[in-house]
Amino acid sequence: MTLGFVTLLLVCQLIGETLARLLNLGLPGPVIGMLVLFTGLLIRGHVPEGLRATANGFLNNLSLLFVPAGVGVVTHLSLVADEWLAITSALVVSAVVTIAVTALVMVWLSRLTGNAPGPEARKED
Amino acid sequence: MDTAVDTELYRIWVYLAQQPLLALTVTLLAYQAGQWVYRRTNLHPLANPVLWAVIMLVGLLKLTGCSYAQYFEGAKFVHFLLGPATVALAVPLYNNLKEMRRAALPMGVALVVGSLTASASAVGTAWVLGATRDTLASLAPKSVTTPIAMGIAEQIGGLPSLTAVLVILTGIIGAVVTTYTLDALRIRDWRARGFATGLAAHGIGTARALQLNDAAGAFSSLAMGLNGLATAILLPLLIRLIF
Repeated sequence: MTLGFVTLLLVCQLIGETLARLLNLGLPGPVIGMLVLFTGLLIRGHVPEGLRATANGFLNNLSLLFVPAGVGVVTHLSLVADEWLAITSALVVSAVVTIAVTALVMVWLSRLTGNAPGPEARKED
Repeated sequence: MDTAVDTELYRIWVYLAQQPLLALTVTLLAYQAGQWVYRRTNLHPLANPVLWAVIMLVGLLKLTGCSYAQYFEGAKFVHFLLGPATVALAVPLYNNLKEMRRAALPMGVALVVGSLTASASAVGTAWVLGATRDTLASLAPKSVTTPIAMGIAEQIGGLPSLTAVLVILTGIIGAVVTTYTLDALRIRDWRARGFATGLAAHGIGTARALQLNDAAGAFSSLAMGLNGLATAILLPLLIRLIF
């Protein structure tokens, strides 16, 4: 992790937050910040080594960052408990169906348009 | 003597419970315990570290009577890092640019179909099982990243704070079921596997996809962003057409 590249990520987020409010985009600031950095990389034409290392530092521990928000479930435990059957069934059914439908549509259309995944994008058995 | 020690311990507890240090440390410890088991079980989906860290921490809060607001005073430092981490997703996106350009058409169609499926299947199932109107409206945007989902919930008459909880649960459940679902369907294309996971389970699904395969991580990040956008546009429009 390089301090300079951590700062770069924060600057992109700051630009994102500002644009989100200025233009009323309805997208969160960090997502626009991601697009800002992406555009920067397109112009630059490659990912600097330090940025790659810094980004990996954040992304290797991405799941940790959801824990504080996840603990927020404690504030709605009684509501979730009251309707637990409807809520958990809805979430599990929806997760399975959505993942299945999305992946199948994408695989079928990839085959139809003749673009199979490259060797690195194929899961081994 | 014993009471003197007890009062002293209680005094220390009262002090620490008000400081961010304790909540922050406990959050990192719980996550690393989960992470240790996750690695030991070869990234088994049911050993998802977010799931187990949340269960441990919720148990701890209930046990000690600590409030969520008090806990968040310390945990907010971890929570804050979600912003720069989201920005950092631009790097895997850029690295997989070529694969993405090639898959643009299948991705576009899968996005619209998947986005509608995510909301319709959740609302449909909960409606059949008799959920209240508040819950239904809070469920509709649950597949997209928290800030977008809360905004949509407000717009369509749900409870934003309930939506925030449903979003996290969706992410955890999605990260757990994705490997089973895709293996059962014999889908070997990492692009499709990642895209479906990010679309249905936003950042928590993306965190898992990144650990499994580089292309899957990139397609998952992209799907997460695109589905946020698609749901924000499609869902309020659809609800206005139906009601």
